[in-house]
Amino acid sequence: MKYHYFPGCSLKGLGRAYEESLLPVMERLGVELHEIEDWNCCGATVYMATDQGNACVLGARNMALAEKNGAGDIVAPCNACYLTLNKAKHCLAESSAIRRNVERAMAEAHLTYSGNLAVRHPLDVLVHDVGLEAIRREVVRPLTKLKVAPYYGCQAVRPQCTFDDQWNPTSMDQVLTALGATVVDYPLKTRCCGGSLTGTVPEAGLRLTYILLQEALRRGAEVIATICPLCQFNLDGYHDQIARRWGAVRIPVVYLTQLMGVAFGMAPDALGLKRNFLPAEPLLAMS
Amino acid sequence: MKVKDDQPLRIGFYVCHCGHNIAGVVDCAAVAQYAATLEGVVLSRDYKYMCSSPGQELIREDIRDHNLNRVVVASCSPLLHEHTFRTAVAAGGLNPFLFQMVNIREHDAWVHTDKAAATDKAKALAAAAIRRVARHRPLETTRAPIHPDVLVVGGGISGIHAALTLANAGKKVYLVERDPSIGGHMAQFDKTFPTLDCAACILTPKMSAVRAHKNIVLWTYSEVAKVEGYVGNYTVTVRRKARYVQEELCVGCQECVEACVFKEPKFPDRFNVGLSRRKPIYMPFPQAVPQAVVIDPERCIELKTGKCKKTCLEACADRHAIDFQQKEELVQIHVGSMIVATGYELFDPRRLPHYGYGRYPDVLTTLECERLISSSGPTGGELRLHSGQAPTAVGFVLCAGSRDYKTNRWCSRTCCMHSMKLAQIIRERTGAEVTLFYIDIRAPGKGGEEFYDRALAQGVKFVRGRVAEVSDCPLSPAEQGKLIVRVEDTLAGMVRRIPLDMVVLAVGMEPQANAQEVRRIMNMSCSAEGWFLEKHPKMAPVSTFTDGVFIAGCCQGPKDIPDSIAQAGAAAAEALALIDAGGIDQEPNTAYISEEDCSGCKSCVDLCPYKAIAFDPVKEKASINAALCKGCGVCVAACPSGSIGQNLFEDQEVFEEIEGVLAHA
Amino acid sequence: MKLTQKIKYDADRTVGFGESVARLPGCEGLPSCIQCGTCSGTCPMSIYMDLSPRQVIGLVRADFKKEALSCNTIWLCSSCYACTVQCPREIGITEIMYALKQRAIREHTFPAGFPIAILAREFTRMVTRKGRITETLLVMKLFLRANWRAALASWWLGLGLIRTGRFVLRQEQIQGHRELATMLAQTKETGEGGAP
Repeated sequence: MKYHYFPGCSLKGLGRAYEESLLPVMERLGVELHEIEDWNCCGATVYMATDQGNACVLGARNMALAEKNGAGDIVAPCNACYLTLNKAKHCLAESSAIRRNVERAMAEAHLTYSGNLAVRHPLDVLVHDVGLEAIRREVVRPLTKLKVAPYYGCQAVRPQCTFDDQWNPTSMDQVLTALGATVVDYPLKTRCCGGSLTGTVPEAGLRLTYILLQEALRRGAEVIATICPLCQFNLDGYHDQIARRWGAVRIPVVYLTQLMGVAFGMAPDALGLKRNFLPAEPLLAMS
Repeated sequence: MKVKDDQPLRIGFYVCHCGHNIAGVVDCAAVAQYAATLEGVVLSRDYKYMCSSPGQELIREDIRDHNLNRVVVASCSPLLHEHTFRTAVAAGGLNPFLFQMVNIREHDAWVHTDKAAATDKAKALAAAAIRRVARHRPLETTRAPIHPDVLVVGGGISGIHAALTLANAGKKVYLVERDPSIGGHMAQFDKTFPTLDCAACILTPKMSAVRAHKNIVLWTYSEVAKVEGYVGNYTVTVRRKARYVQEELCVGCQECVEACVFKEPKFPDRFNVGLSRRKPIYMPFPQAVPQAVVIDPERCIELKTGKCKKTCLEACADRHAIDFQQKEELVQIHVGSMIVATGYELFDPRRLPHYGYGRYPDVLTTLECERLISSSGPTGGELRLHSGQAPTAVGFVLCAGSRDYKTNRWCSRTCCMHSMKLAQIIRERTGAEVTLFYIDIRAPGKGGEEFYDRALAQGVKFVRGRVAEVSDCPLSPAEQGKLIVRVEDTLAGMVRRIPLDMVVLAVGMEPQANAQEVRRIMNMSCSAEGWFLEKHPKMAPVSTFTDGVFIAGCCQGPKDIPDSIAQAGAAAAEALALIDAGGIDQEPNTAYISEEDCSGCKSCVDLCPYKAIAFDPVKEKASINAALCKGCGVCVAACPSGSIGQNLFEDQEVFEEIEGVLAHA
Repeated sequence: MKLTQKIKYDADRTVGFGESVARLPGCEGLPSCIQCGTCSGTCPMSIYMDLSPRQVIGLVRADFKKEALSCNTIWLCSSCYACTVQCPREIGITEIMYALKQRAIREHTFPAGFPIAILAREFTRMVTRKGRITETLLVMKLFLRANWRAALASWWLGLGLIRTGRFVLRQEQIQGHRELATMLAQTKETGEGGAP
């Protein structure tokens, strides 16, 4: 199983623990991830919202660079990258004006974009390419008794997601179950975490984060599993500010891949678990 | 060119404007001028409405005054007016089959916008018809008899009403129902809008009347398996499923149910939409017709393992109504016409995960709510939450799955009224606060608006907004333990969170899951949504494209009880009209064999879908029974020696038509 | 009591504005809105919006350009697409919000010092120049430009990042950053940004 790997800026910055856990876990499962050489920022929804034409250029350059290295799908672990690259792909396929525009830009760099590569989320790859059975086989330390709230975030399954339901996805639930964990019924699993608004309009963004954390606790979860660096940062990064506004809602927030690594018997240090604001290691050591 | 009897061709050509329908796109005068130049055409006119009385008169007079011997009309679809013009031609003294119709409306004006090209196309089609009609020969129609018996499929209120109407008119009716009892959805309702009269009180007398009627053969727990034949002469195979109870012997005392080895009812009761339980042997519901129990073979220990104490048999004692040996039966009947009234099913709200149906026990459908407030329901008419308590705040979510491009695009027409009915009953009986969340209140028709007024007067709250989600995630103490509806109150202009005890989803109607199968068996068509298609949405609302097959009730599209009954009556009247006409004129488009060319290979015999071809072993030739032939043309195409011809579709007629079209291009 | 006229005259409309939005890719569904309010009900940010998403759609469709471009709604959209997924008419509401945002940026109809707009500007600038985002630097820039008090209030966040080894001061930059800038400039010249 070979894929082009598009890490995105966050996995090299605030979300580096995601990459630190994703790479060894995927390797263990026989998934080869080849990082696209000299990839650029996907533009995220910020760029898409303000300049759609150029946002498509950003996406097309990445996909063209991947195409140069041959066939295979692109894996984009950050929800925003996943959505934005897919959206660029969609716009390029649908709008001839955007396509002309992008082709002109690509000519500047002697690149060609054919649109043949699919952009996929690691969760999709885990469930549909690797398979739950293969995941189950690697589990040496089942997460028995660990109660996990699966938090997908919004952009992994929207708007054009084909690998799971847009409102009530279940693929992460299945992976968690395969790890031996107890999945908590969590109706807010696709509710927005606030995204960049947590930084720009804290009173609005933090409230969303607070609701997510509080509801996970209320439903008896001990840890929240995420698959997006911004979700992880928003949910983990503001515990103090939230406590000041609404009272403490302390629940660790980790990446799905970190939980997988723990279940696969990997050392917490090697999975970036030390990078959490609210430590999750004691909890994971217990289980 | 001369016609067969050596008369010179004298064709009259007419092109119809159909108001702006055709003339808005096709230059009719130009088409008429062009046709006038074609061989054999002695007269060519364009006229505003050819189907009008003066239009028909024109044809009659022209035949007399100009001695026409062929007529071509270019207008709408032959489905609409071929009969009209043939009659006019006959009134003018010509054989009606010396006529040809050209469709320049549906096939041309309505589907094109380029006027020049559309006019060219009209000319080409006209040329084709003019060349074709030259080859036409005089033909005679034959009359086939109509079998007076009628099959009604579906025993809901529509099927019941249609069957009773026909039976009261003295016709023999077979009423076939899939479930163990007739009654359909209406039997599950508590009251009916807008009059709020009790559904059972008005329905059960009709159900009993069906059972008692000497002209009705009622087969419940039965399905139509196969239909053969044609209008006036259908052979229908009905599958009578094994009930494991002799219907005629069972008196409905239910002592067997009492005696069943299952002491407690254990299995979901369909009539109460799973809100109560039944035993493997059960009465479908108290007023069921026939009053006979039924055994569920999936649940009955004896039928599954053969190792039951069979306490039910003992209880039934010398009535001997229970029969574990009963087998499914196939029965053949002959009827002349059929009425399909197979109804609808409800949208499954599990498809809307954000409304929490199946996740939260107090999120119900309107039908479930209906059973909860019905005195024959599982709670004896007490509205209760899952916890057993009475709700103090109930919300109705309208358009659940309806008017939605992702689920059902249509409006189900009854859910607004249905919800307002339930809301009023809940207000009256429990005093609970009731809120209706709606996009548009649709309360048209007699008594509809007054019903809306009544709901408002009773204090039912109306919030205009489609509910975004139902959750149990509280954000305040007041929301603890409640279901919270999140909705934009679009009239107040703000987003609201409203805590409720019970949420009722007003789910719409959709075609039965097996509608496509029924469509195939009955040889009908379906609309894009899957409803059975009427022949014309206005002019033939209960007819189908298959003669002798009529539709009634919700299988044709969502409607309320009065409309279903009106349609059932209409379908019965159409069937009666057909029967009482005594016979039906058959289009003389039948196939015929020229005996001298037939090699006796028999390949046509098995191909004929209507069993109209027989083989004469003495002459060693095939022969076609014109009364059975439907003119499908299969044998004509298949005959290796080319010895089969078909009236109205002679080779020469078809070739001339093709050449006519190509000649203009 | 101060009275203001709430009436709208036809002269207040920018005729053709709604149609120009509906012509953009992804926005084609605009005319089919039935004003059911699902978008507003489902939107996690709608509780802060001066106009609900439904009202914005209504205003755009009725050509009330000024009102549609000056609301905070378009800036508070967090791109979660919940409205788009839930809309019974499958209208690309998020796309319409984007279209309005692009138009508002082009016509400068947003409040000065508005952090969301500043983040958008700083973000695009960094991507255009360097090819990648260095989040900590971006956030610092945002705080400096929008609200330096917020920066002070968040000192603990910075400390936490240092502690967890995520505080990056070195700007990430791709090798082909000049080439990328040329590519992006290429489309700028033609003015085909996709905005109405």
